[in-house]
Amino acid sequence: MDKFKKLEGVAAPMPLINIDTDMIIPKQFLKTIKRTGLGKNLFDEMRYKDDGSEVEDFVLNKPAYRNAEILVAGDNFGCGSSREHAPWALLDFGIRCIISTSFADIFYNNCFKNGILPIRLPQEDVDKLMDDAERGANARLTVDLEAQEIRGPDGGVIKFDIDPFRKHCLMEGLDDVGLTLQKKSAIETFEAKRAEEQPWL
Amino acid sequence: MSARTTPRTMYDKIWDAHLVDEQEDGTCLLYIDRHLVHEVTSPQAFEGLRMTGRKVHAPGNTLAVADHNVPTAGRANGIDDPESKLQVETLEKNAAEFGVEYLPMLDIRQGIVHIVGPEQGFTLPGTTIVCGDSHTSTHGAFGALAHGIGTSEVEHVLATQTLIQSKAKNMRVTVNGQLPPHVTAKDIILAIIGEIGTAGGTGYVIEFAGEAIRSLSMEGRMTVCNMTIEGGARAGLIAPDEKTYEYLKGRPRAPQGEMWEKAVDYWRSLPSDEGAHFDKEVVLDAASLPPIVTWGTSPENVVSIEGAVPDPAKIADEAKRTAIERALKYMGLEPNTKMTDIKLDRVFIGSCTNGRIEDIREVAKIAKGRKVAAHVNAMVVPGSGLVKEQAEQEGLDKILIEAGFDWREPGCSMCLAMNADKLAPGERCASTSNRNFEGRQGRGGRTHLVSPEMAAAAAIAGHFVDVRKFS
Repeated sequence: MDKFKKLEGVAAPMPLINIDTDMIIPKQFLKTIKRTGLGKNLFDEMRYKDDGSEVEDFVLNKPAYRNAEILVAGDNFGCGSSREHAPWALLDFGIRCIISTSFADIFYNNCFKNGILPIRLPQEDVDKLMDDAERGANARLTVDLEAQEIRGPDGGVIKFDIDPFRKHCLMEGLDDVGLTLQKKSAIETFEAKRAEEQPWL
Repeated sequence: MSARTTPRTMYDKIWDAHLVDEQEDGTCLLYIDRHLVHEVTSPQAFEGLRMTGRKVHAPGNTLAVADHNVPTAGRANGIDDPESKLQVETLEKNAAEFGVEYLPMLDIRQGIVHIVGPEQGFTLPGTTIVCGDSHTSTHGAFGALAHGIGTSEVEHVLATQTLIQSKAKNMRVTVNGQLPPHVTAKDIILAIIGEIGTAGGTGYVIEFAGEAIRSLSMEGRMTVCNMTIEGGARAGLIAPDEKTYEYLKGRPRAPQGEMWEKAVDYWRSLPSDEGAHFDKEVVLDAASLPPIVTWGTSPENVVSIEGAVPDPAKIADEAKRTAIERALKYMGLEPNTKMTDIKLDRVFIGSCTNGRIEDIREVAKIAKGRKVAAHVNAMVVPGSGLVKEQAEQEGLDKILIEAGFDWREPGCSMCLAMNADKLAPGERCASTSNRNFEGRQGRGGRTHLVSPEMAAAAAIAGHFVDVRKFS
């Protein structure tokens, strides 16, 4: 997993609420047995017409946002299924940071496993960043994870909260499984106790 | 320790009993008792194990079955779609390589993973259950802490039998009173989602309580817990009781003999203590609930069958108004249209929400001696091979076929349309499934979520009808 320290990039505005995982990556693309290559189908049904040509006014098809690395979105981003194909598709497209007032629980978790930073902010801050993002390629934001702040094009600074362990793992690009396996003896102790107390399991 | 004397919720108890490790920053390592695996969200996880030379830590607590991609007709001939075929074959291969039990597509026990778990007694009270599938919340009906996880977490559970978690908050939804006739578990959960919204449960585990919940069968409870995720909650829970034990007793993977007695003793200690603290409480009255239909593209877009499509002009909040306008455009609906005036092209009965035997019985009751409207294509997809077999033993398949329903083989089918079962653009469907998102049942398809009874009545009438008046 790539480390996430600081990101400076174009932010694309998606003011829609309840952007669900079926929108982010429709089910016909879940048949892959790989993690990569999903970027071209990110937001497929919003991004392409039935004949496969691009929907011109979809934000990520506009010249200013084709290389966006940040999304600013409405409430409850990532609701719906547990498909990790959603963050995989975002990452493959080049999105490394999503800013919203709230995220669905499973999607939020999945982001951290893939080096994507989801940032929860109060409505007024999201509104401000949405305005910034509307300004297209001029709307470069700097997301500084270490300092836990977002710096806007006009020099404004917005602070954000993040769980310290998740921050640490993201900054170091750590592999969860490797970390947990260091606790193998605690797991085995637990299992011995479990075998005694709940032998039917 | 005060932890032992402070009243605890059922979620607190299950959480405490599975805590392997807690870091200073509050990050916890939770032990996972049961892991269900399907073909769509697992290939990359097994690949990850292969690349790092890791094994499955507890293969005996892992059960694999293909459900999303499997065809629901002509199954004996195999899978036509090469990508679907590869995904199912990959699961079979991975299960064999890593020593995990796999239920093949032609096995009578095959079915939707959330129907198979309870049927096999793999799902047990007081356990932690995960699966790379958001509808894992279904298993909460047994008093199990069950939730969906992503593929990286599937790999983590395969390798370590644990999950890195932080504790959620407690919410209790109490549904008082008794349901009126023809109002079902599906209507309860749709009403709850309408009340709290699709993000209302974010950060919570919801315990469902109250007379109406206690009165539900295990299958009805599964329907309620299944859609907890549609309210944004990590998991739904219902306290186990005599109905739970009766359902589980004698199931292939449930404890037997002396072990059974021991297990039931333990399970009786699970319900929330008197006076346990809930961070949020929601109360509903079952007696006042009507049959519910969704009109939009989010499960929170609910309305009574007696109601009408909302008018965005009357919504003050801009984000909400924009979302409603977008939903109505997608759904091809005019504001203020009566729900009973909405004509249908398709009806889908099945899914992990409503693909169990009681659902099919209700559908058959309504279908008996009647015919599906000429312009409607209606399909019934049992949730598992065992549900299908049971229905056929009861002669329900004959009633349904006679009425003009298509009787299919088990799988997720048109709930998410990953296999060949899907809506054509613009087609309108009454569906007993769980999500009405844009494109969910096929690109451009229009989904209305309803109970099995409402779906059956709609299939016959050709438009939505109030099932209370229909029968």
